[in-house]
Amino acid sequence: MSLLSVRDLQVDFTTRNGRVTAVNRIGFDVESGKITAIIGESGSGKSVACYSLLGLLPMPPASVERGTAVFNGRDLLAMTERELRQIRGRDIAMIFQDPMTCLNPYMTVGAQLVEPLIYHRKVSAKEARTRALELLTEVGLRDPESTIDQYPHQFSGGMRQRVMIAMALINEPKLLIADEPTTALDVTIQAQILALITDLQRKRDIGVIFISHDLSVVADIADEIVVMEKGHVVERGDRLRIFEQAEHPYTRKLLAAIPAGSKVPAECAREDLIQVRNLCTWFPQGKGAEPLRAVDDVSFTVQRGEVLGLVGESGSGKSTIGRSLLRLVPITSGEVLFDATDVTQLQGTALKHMRRRMQMIFQDPYASLNPRMSVYDALAEPLLLHGIESRKTVEQGVLRLMDDVGLARAFVRKYPHEFSGGQRQRIAIGRALATRPEFVVADEPVSALDVTIQAQILELMLNLGREYGLTMLFVSHDLAVVRHIADRILVLHQGRVVEQGTGEALFNAPQEEYTRQLLQAIPGRILLQ
Amino acid sequence: MWRFIAGRLLQAIPVILAVITVTFFLVRVAPGGPFDSEKAVIPEVKAALEAQYRLDLPLGQQYLAYLADLAKGELGPSFKYPGRSVNELIAAGLPATAELGAYALLVAVVLGGLAGVIASLKPNSAQDYIPMSVAMIGICMPTFLLGPLLVLLFGIHLEWLPVAGWGDMPGDKILPSLTLGAAYAAYTARLSRAGMLEVMSQDYIRTARAKGLPEWQVVTRHALRGGLIPVVAFLGPAFAGLLAGSFVVETIFQIPGLGRFYVQAAFNRDYTMILGTTVFLSTLIVLFNLLSDVLAAWLNPRLRAQFGEA
Amino acid sequence: MTATTITDATLAEQGTSLWQDAWRRLRKNRLALFGLAVLSTFIVIALVTPWIAPYAYDAQNLDLGASPPSAEHWLGTDIFGRDLLTQIMFGGRISLAVGFVATAVALVIGVTWGAVAGYMGGRVDAVMMRLVDILYALPFMIFIVLLMVVFGRNLLLLFLAIGAVEWLTMARIMRGQVQSLRQQEFVEAAISLGLSPATIVRRHLVPNALGPIIVYTTLTIPSVMLLEAFLSFLGLGVQPPATSWGLLISYGAETMEEYPWLLIFPGAALTLTLFSLNFLGDGLRDALDVRGSGD
Repeated sequence: MSLLSVRDLQVDFTTRNGRVTAVNRIGFDVESGKITAIIGESGSGKSVACYSLLGLLPMPPASVERGTAVFNGRDLLAMTERELRQIRGRDIAMIFQDPMTCLNPYMTVGAQLVEPLIYHRKVSAKEARTRALELLTEVGLRDPESTIDQYPHQFSGGMRQRVMIAMALINEPKLLIADEPTTALDVTIQAQILALITDLQRKRDIGVIFISHDLSVVADIADEIVVMEKGHVVERGDRLRIFEQAEHPYTRKLLAAIPAGSKVPAECAREDLIQVRNLCTWFPQGKGAEPLRAVDDVSFTVQRGEVLGLVGESGSGKSTIGRSLLRLVPITSGEVLFDATDVTQLQGTALKHMRRRMQMIFQDPYASLNPRMSVYDALAEPLLLHGIESRKTVEQGVLRLMDDVGLARAFVRKYPHEFSGGQRQRIAIGRALATRPEFVVADEPVSALDVTIQAQILELMLNLGREYGLTMLFVSHDLAVVRHIADRILVLHQGRVVEQGTGEALFNAPQEEYTRQLLQAIPGRILLQ
Repeated sequence: MWRFIAGRLLQAIPVILAVITVTFFLVRVAPGGPFDSEKAVIPEVKAALEAQYRLDLPLGQQYLAYLADLAKGELGPSFKYPGRSVNELIAAGLPATAELGAYALLVAVVLGGLAGVIASLKPNSAQDYIPMSVAMIGICMPTFLLGPLLVLLFGIHLEWLPVAGWGDMPGDKILPSLTLGAAYAAYTARLSRAGMLEVMSQDYIRTARAKGLPEWQVVTRHALRGGLIPVVAFLGPAFAGLLAGSFVVETIFQIPGLGRFYVQAAFNRDYTMILGTTVFLSTLIVLFNLLSDVLAAWLNPRLRAQFGEA
Repeated sequence: MTATTITDATLAEQGTSLWQDAWRRLRKNRLALFGLAVLSTFIVIALVTPWIAPYAYDAQNLDLGASPPSAEHWLGTDIFGRDLLTQIMFGGRISLAVGFVATAVALVIGVTWGAVAGYMGGRVDAVMMRLVDILYALPFMIFIVLLMVVFGRNLLLLFLAIGAVEWLTMARIMRGQVQSLRQQEFVEAAISLGLSPATIVRRHLVPNALGPIIVYTTLTIPSVMLLEAFLSFLGLGVQPPATSWGLLISYGAETMEEYPWLLIFPGAALTLTLFSLNFLGDGLRDALDVRGSGD
C-alpha cells in the first residue's frame, strides 16, 4: 500500500473574477522510501495540491471541492483541523523554497528547531536541544554548539536550508514535502542540498514529495515523476520512462525546453568591438569598512557579432560587469573601449549617442517595465528620443518592433500588468532593440521565466541577434543555458575571471578547480550527456 | 547595545541644546515684556525687577547665564509667581501629569493593541470591522470634543463619574485618562492591526503552521513580536502627543498638572515658566523617543546585532 | 502621455492603466465615495458661504440669546443670538482653508526635499535626511504653542507653522519612494536609453511615486485640521471675530450643560469632515495599493 494516495483532488479559488479551479481532479501516489517529483510550471497547481493536503491553504479563498488523500490509512482531507495538526510537523513535514523568509527572524534557530519536538512529543527542553544538536550535525552544520543560539540572519542561504531540513526531520516524519527547496540557491549549494535530501531520505527510508518547475533538477534524484499542467496531471511514471519515452506532448515540450548541447561558435570577423581592460567596480561599504570588490581587475574582449556568456554564482560580479559596461554603476578604475572609444570617459551628448549603440535586457520583466506606461509609450520613447522615427512615423515603428519580438499588434495600448512574464520580456527586448544597438547586455533574461517560455525567449534572442547583427553579452547563473546560446564563455568567481573558452572546451576539459565544481553541480548531467 | 544607546544619547544632546536655544531667543524677541501689563510701574521698581530676572544684561550674557543655571538644574524664578521658582512649579504639576500620562498610555497600548491584534486575526469580518470602526471614531474625534462629550454623558447626564478634579473623588481619574488615551488607542489599534497582518502573511508563519502548532501559538510565539514592533516605535511620538493632549485634558477636567500650568503661563506671558517647561518637556520627549527607538531596535535581532557591532 | 494616437482603432485593444484600475476599485468602496461626496459638498458650501449663509456673519440678536434648533435657526443660536449654522459655515471656511493650505505647504516642501535627497543619494541625501531626523526629534506641538504665544495668533503664521511640521513625514515618504524606484530596473532601462535626468524624474519617477503621495496628502489634511482645532480650542489659534470649528467647539464646551447643541453641531461638522477625509484616504490607499502609512 502506498504511503500517500491522492485521488480525484480538486481545489478551487474564489477570485474577484469568479471561481478558478487550480487543481482539477488529480491523483498520484507516494511510496515509502521513494522520491516522487511533481513537475509543473507556474500556475500548474503543483504547490496548491500539496498545501491543500495539509490544510495550509488560506480558506477562503481556497476550498477543497472533492477528493481523498489517504495517508497511513486515514484520509487527510476528511480530518478536522485538530487532527490534521497532529499530523503536520510530526508525520508529514515540509520545507519551502526561500530559506531566507521561512525562518522566523525574531527567534534563534535553536528555539525554532525544537518547537515541533516539544509540541508533538512533549520532551523536555534539554532533551530537545540535545536532539537538535545531533540533527544539525547530521545536516552538515559546522559547530552547531555555537550556531544553535544564533538568529537566522547570521546564516547563509544554504545553511538556512539545512536548518529547515533539520527542523522538518526532527520528529522523524514518514513523509517530507519539499517545495522547490533549491530554487533560490546557487548551483553549487543546490547540488549539496539535493545530495543531503537524497542521503537523509535513504537513511530514514521515508517518502518525499519534491515539487519543482525544473525537470533537470529532479533528473538525478526522483524515483517517480508526476507532470502537471494547468491543474491536471498529464503524465506520471518512473523517471526513466518519463525521460526516455514521454507520451504526453506537454512532457515532451518540457523535455525539449531543457537547453542542451553547445552552440557551434559563429564565424566572427575577429574584430574586437569591446575591449575591457583592468575593470574594477568597488562599492563603498560605509565608514572604515573595506569596499566590496564586486568586480576586481577584469579584462576581456567581445568580438563583433559574437555572444559572450558570463557565468557565475551570486556575488561573482557578473551583473556588475554588464552594468559597468553600460555606465549604470560608477566604475572604480579601468577602461572600457567600445569601437576604440573609452566609454568610461564620455559625458553629455557623446554619452547619449553611445547609449544608443549599447542596450540592456533585464532579469525581472516585472520590474524592468514602467508600470504606468503602455507598450506604445515604452517603445515610442527610445524611437523618438534618438530621432529614429519622427512623430508621424513612430506608430509604424512601434508596430514593426512588436512584429519583430512576436507580440500581437492589438496589444499596443495595453499596460505591463496585463501581460504574462514572457510577453513582458518580449516588450523589454523590443525596447532594447528600438535604438538599433550594436551591442546588448542581457542580464539573466530568462531566469525569471517558466522553462517552456525560457526556450521561446532564448530562441527569439538568437534569431533577433542574427537579424539585427547584434553583439551580445549574455549574463547568467545557468551554465546549461549559457552553453546553449554563447559562442564563448567567461567563468567568474568573486569578482575575477577564473577561466574562459568555448562551451565545448569548458565542458570537456575544464582547467580550473572552480569550473570543475560548477560543472559537477549542474543538475541532470545525465540529460546533458 | 550600550554603545548604540550612548550614541543616541550623544545625538540627543544637540537636539535638546537646539530646543533650549531656539526657545530662549524666541521668548526674548517676543513683543511685549512680561511687566508691560502692570500699568505705570515706577521706573526704579521696573529696573529692580529687570535686574532680578537679569533682563538688564545683554542678550548673549543672559543666554550664557541661563545655560549655566540649567547645568545646575535651575530653571530660574517665575515671572508671575514671585518667590516661586520654575522648578517648584514643575514639581507641583508633574505628579498629576505623569499619572495621567501613564494611565493614558496604558489605555492606548493595552486597549489599542488588543483591539488591533483581535481585528487582524480575522480580517474583513465583524471581528475586524467593529473594533476598527471604533478606532476610526477615536481618530476622528478630537480630544477636546471627546472630553466634553464624555463629561456630558457620564458626568452630567448619567451622573456616574465626577466631571473634574484629580484624586479628590473616587473615579475622577477615569474620564481624563480615557479621554487622553482614546486617540492613541485608536492609532495603536490601526498600527498593530497593519503590523500583524503584514507579519501573518510572511513565509515563516506558514512554516510555523506546517509544524502543527495550534493557531494561538502561531500568533503568540511567532507573530506578535514582529507585529508589535511598529507599536513600540510609535510610543515615542505617542508620548509627545499625549503631553500636548494633556494641555487640553487638564484644562477640561481642571487638573492641576503641568499641561494646565503651561497653558496658563502662555496666556500670562510668564516667560521663564514657558521657557523652563518647554525645556523640561522637550527633554522628556527626546528621551522617550530614544527609549522607544532602543526598545524597537532591541526587539529586532538583526538591528540588535548591528548596534552591537557599531 | 501618448504622443500620437493609434489610428487603426479597430485593431488595438484598449488597455487598462493602473490609474483606471485604481479608480475602478475606488468606485466600489462605498465609504470612500461617501467621504468624497461629503467632502465635495463641504468644500462647495465653504466656497459660496458669503452668498448663501442664512444670516449675516456678525448679526446678533441679544434678545433671542441662546435658542435650540428651530425653523428660523436650523441649528439654533448662541448666547448672543447669532445663528449657529452661519457660524459653522464661516468657521468651516477657515478650518478647511487651514487644512488644505497648510497641507499644500507641507506637500511642496516635503516632496521637493524628499525627491532631491532621494535622487541625489550619497552625502547630500545623508545630510538632508539627518536634518529631517533632528527636526523629527523636536517636540513640535510645544513649539507651535510657543510660536503662537510669542508672535500672536495670526493665521498666516498658523499655516506656516503647521506646514513646517507636517512636511517632515512627506519628505521621508517621498525619499523612500524615489530611492526604491531608482533601484528599479525600469529606471536603469531609462538611463541606458539615454533619457535626461529631468525626463526620467518626470516620466518614470513622479507617476510611480504619486500614489503614496496622494494617499498621505489625503491623510495629512485631517491631522492638520485637528491641530488647528486643538490650538483654537486652547485659544491659541484662530481669534475672534474670525471663527473656526475648533473655536466654536471651545465655546460650546463652556456652555454645554445649558446649551448642548452649541457643542454638538460644530463637533459633528468637524468629526464628519475628518471621517470623510480618513475614509477617502483609506480608500485611496487600498485602491492605489499603497503599503504602510508612514506615520
